[in-house]
Amino acid sequence: MRADRSLLRVLVAFALLAAVGFALPDWAAFLLTLALAKGLVVLGLLVLWRTGLVSFGQALFYGTGGYAVGMLGLYLGVSDIVLLTVVATVLAAAVAALVGLLLARYRDIFFAMLSLAFSMILYGILVKTEALGSTDGFNVIQPTFFGYAPEGATMRLCIYLWTALLVVLAAFGVQRYLTSTMGNLAAAIRDNEIRVEYLGVSVVRVVWVKVIIAGALAGAGGAITAFAVGHVDPDAMTYWTVSGEFVFVTILSGTGNVIAPFVGALLFELIRSFAIQYSPYTWQMVLGTSLLLIILFLPNGLWSLVTRLGKQE
Amino acid sequence: MLTLVAILVDGLVYSSWLFIVAVGLTLIFGVMKILNVAHGSLYAFGAYTAATLIGVYFDAGWPPLGSFALLLVAAVVVGLVLGLVLERGLLRFMYGRDEVIIVLVTYAVFLILEDVILLVWGTSPYFAFQPYSLLDNTSIGVLSFANYDLAMIGFAVVLGAGLWWAIQRTRWGKLLLAVIHDREMAQAMGINVTLVFTITFILGAMLGALGGAVTAPEISVAPGIGVEVIVVAFAVVVIGGMGSIPGAAIGALIVGLIRAAAVHLLPQVELFVIYGVMTLVLAFRPQGLFSRAEARKI
Amino acid sequence: MSTVTTRRSAAILHRSSRPWGGLTFVLAALLALLVALPMQARAETMKIGIVTFLSGAAAGPFGIPGRNGAELTVDAINSGSLPSPYNTKGIGGANVEAVIIDEAGGTTKVVEEFRNLVQREHVDAVVGYISSGSCLAIAPVAEELKMLTVFFDCGTPRIFEDGNYKYVFRTSAHSTMDNVGAAHYVAKRFPKTRSYAGINQNYAWGQDSWRDFHLSMELLMPKAKVTTVQWPKLFAGQYSSEISALLVSNSNIVHSSLWDGDLESFVFQAGARGLAKRSKLVLTTGEANMFRMGAKMPNGVIIGARGPYGVLARDTALNRWFQKTYTDHYGTPPVYPSYQMAQAILGLKVAYDKTAQKMGGKFPTREQAIPNFEHLTYEAFGTTVNMALGNGHQAITETAYGQYHFDKAAGRATITNVERFPAECVNPPVGVKSEDWIKGGLKGAKCN
Repeated sequence: MRADRSLLRVLVAFALLAAVGFALPDWAAFLLTLALAKGLVVLGLLVLWRTGLVSFGQALFYGTGGYAVGMLGLYLGVSDIVLLTVVATVLAAAVAALVGLLLARYRDIFFAMLSLAFSMILYGILVKTEALGSTDGFNVIQPTFFGYAPEGATMRLCIYLWTALLVVLAAFGVQRYLTSTMGNLAAAIRDNEIRVEYLGVSVVRVVWVKVIIAGALAGAGGAITAFAVGHVDPDAMTYWTVSGEFVFVTILSGTGNVIAPFVGALLFELIRSFAIQYSPYTWQMVLGTSLLLIILFLPNGLWSLVTRLGKQE
Repeated sequence: MLTLVAILVDGLVYSSWLFIVAVGLTLIFGVMKILNVAHGSLYAFGAYTAATLIGVYFDAGWPPLGSFALLLVAAVVVGLVLGLVLERGLLRFMYGRDEVIIVLVTYAVFLILEDVILLVWGTSPYFAFQPYSLLDNTSIGVLSFANYDLAMIGFAVVLGAGLWWAIQRTRWGKLLLAVIHDREMAQAMGINVTLVFTITFILGAMLGALGGAVTAPEISVAPGIGVEVIVVAFAVVVIGGMGSIPGAAIGALIVGLIRAAAVHLLPQVELFVIYGVMTLVLAFRPQGLFSRAEARKI
Repeated sequence: MSTVTTRRSAAILHRSSRPWGGLTFVLAALLALLVALPMQARAETMKIGIVTFLSGAAAGPFGIPGRNGAELTVDAINSGSLPSPYNTKGIGGANVEAVIIDEAGGTTKVVEEFRNLVQREHVDAVVGYISSGSCLAIAPVAEELKMLTVFFDCGTPRIFEDGNYKYVFRTSAHSTMDNVGAAHYVAKRFPKTRSYAGINQNYAWGQDSWRDFHLSMELLMPKAKVTTVQWPKLFAGQYSSEISALLVSNSNIVHSSLWDGDLESFVFQAGARGLAKRSKLVLTTGEANMFRMGAKMPNGVIIGARGPYGVLARDTALNRWFQKTYTDHYGTPPVYPSYQMAQAILGLKVAYDKTAQKMGGKFPTREQAIPNFEHLTYEAFGTTVNMALGNGHQAITETAYGQYHFDKAAGRATITNVERFPAECVNPPVGVKSEDWIKGGLKGAKCN
């Protein structure tokens, strides 16, 4: 019964997002694709955040996903979008599982710094890899959909629909996880780890799983960005400022709800895009000021606005 | 042999620079538990202000040696003004919020200040080379070192020793230690923590600006110089143990010497040195080399 | 039309919205905002998107001089004040309107903004891009959106060697020319060179530059040996260790593709520590910094301008006009990015004017103008541009190197001992990839 209803919800949510995609002008649909991809990464950060952890190195997994897509196309000629996304996500999760062994033992700022260090090592390796174009990066081949290879605007729409599907699935999956026992332990770990240990739960293990979930989501986000942009390079995929941007969006969105990251990411993209267009010399200032205002006046992120509106209704 | 001398001297020069750049960051973190991303902007402001002042000073034709004092003046002015504005005008409303939120606040400040620098100084670089050229060179065989660089080693030592003395041997330093050790207890004992915070932040800001000011004569002061410095300073501070001044010194020494060795013996790996060392240290001693592990609170 | 769609989708949102509370409201509001954006009305104007660094480290040396070059050229085109034969008003008869945006922020953002320029701002052409990463990322997108795009400064040869584009052009030569030219200069002027070293930033530009220089030196001066190759980080600023290593290596030549802030910091520190006296510095982008550095750049340093631009430009009426107008307007002489930008916009004008003329003065479409841009040869401000490579989409030009000289008495920076190398000498022939060309012994090069 319960399963049936969530299937229905998934379908409705997907239909909604898909409808939006058809209605929007091309540039906005592209912007929305990128925003949703970013939202996926932020969704992973939300999972960590609930445990009181912040990763400043999420670009490690994001970059792994993006480069996995690029390299599979470049060396093996794989172009199927489903296969590429799955492999990219799994690879990112595997990397997360590996570094997670170490990361899961750290908290607070040390967790943040260690994750940063790992992502910068990937950055360094990519910069030194001339076969992959070093900092110039390389073009990602156009994805196909079960053998169907659309062109131009149709291609954009297909990528968007695939993104929308992933986003809906991820949001519902994470929602399920957060309300499960493992998920509910997050707040407990944040408050007091030792008490959680006394419950007979391995905190390190719980955190490790969360790092993997966040890593997989970041990998999927990186894969989608690679499809959408059609190009990967170390500066856009793995530099520390990329990770910083993800944390930025997390704060902007608030972590109250699994939909928040996507709305926050969209708003971030819009602010940045219009700031660049209409205030080309001071767009960073516009971004910084927006962030400050939100931290000051909406401590729980933009989502708190939505909650308030919902209550009024 | 020559290479060995070069590695040693280069390593010490670079370590000194790292220490001067990172010490303000570690001081602020130690006392206030704030990881200040805007440290890079303070560095840039220090460099730009020093470059501007030196330009004006030499155009006026005053005695060249006075320009060294000007570097200090630049740091003090920038630290005082920006430190006061940021701490009193913004950060004090954030105390009690999550540590990571405050990191984000300083990140926002960093974004804003980057554009402020562009608005104030434009995109063309500034030069303040006179103090650097004034000091001439010292030759060791075919090698010649800039005396300004060598002086930097002495300056870093004096700065480190001065800070150590101020913290360990003065009344003010003891108050600071009390706040570092237990903020609430210190407050209960009647220490004016608000004042300690303001002073610490201003001091940290001055040190950040000082890093930029002493670097200005060696480089072309151009937009974006603050970005790289943030990561480098973070790495040094993390290696040494966040909040520890001796730790920052040791962290700077390790990174500086290893980097110099890499440049002379294996230039290809230079890029990895700082993050490699950081990862290794974090993997084996997560608290950094010089920081005590915190007691677990039940 | 578009408002109807909004309403319809908003209605869809609304029907199933009960459990979603405020979210529907937010989405609907955003949607309405996006679609209600003004569609630009078009009269007799040609809208050109100009993309160049307005912030970050590349703004000062390349981005802003590039933007200045664009402003100057667009103004002159609109008022018809370019020297003959370009003194007709407008491009293809249409008045030019420039939209300038920032290239900073990484390729993801750059691609997004390119799409916005095309689909939101409805530009007729895009001119821009300094970073090679940007150019590589933009080329396929330009092709997908069928948008005429002219790259003005980025260096990597990979764009037209790995890809084949209809809508993408580059009116300046790629970076292979710079480093092959540098090796030719060293071979010609310093035939006694026995050892050389390199200091290049550890990223694609630096790696490519060193590889091309090193391979060319092996061919042109087989007796010279490499001593040390330094790879400082991008924006390192501090080069004391690297300079020590270069001093210890005691090389005849030190090659460097460092640019702007990094270049100035390096040259300054190297000059102060006597490296410039011991080794001859070869700076492939040195021209962009020479006026700013003045006496701080040691005399005798070999500098290039990524082509015959700035002080290395040919003395023609066009060049004199450009030098004078630019200097009058901005208070400093133009440097090579200004030339490259002006040359890119001029290329558009030549192609469009030619097409419009054939069509009896009607403003041509992109598809009509493109065949007249391909394989075009035109006289630009610095030299003759020949769209010879990449099926007529990639320019080759001659190049020049010279030695820096600062006249203390006059307080003026000049260039001496200039050597010019013809386009066919320093660029690969049609159909050969740059790397293969150099590795294969520079076959087909026509040097004098």
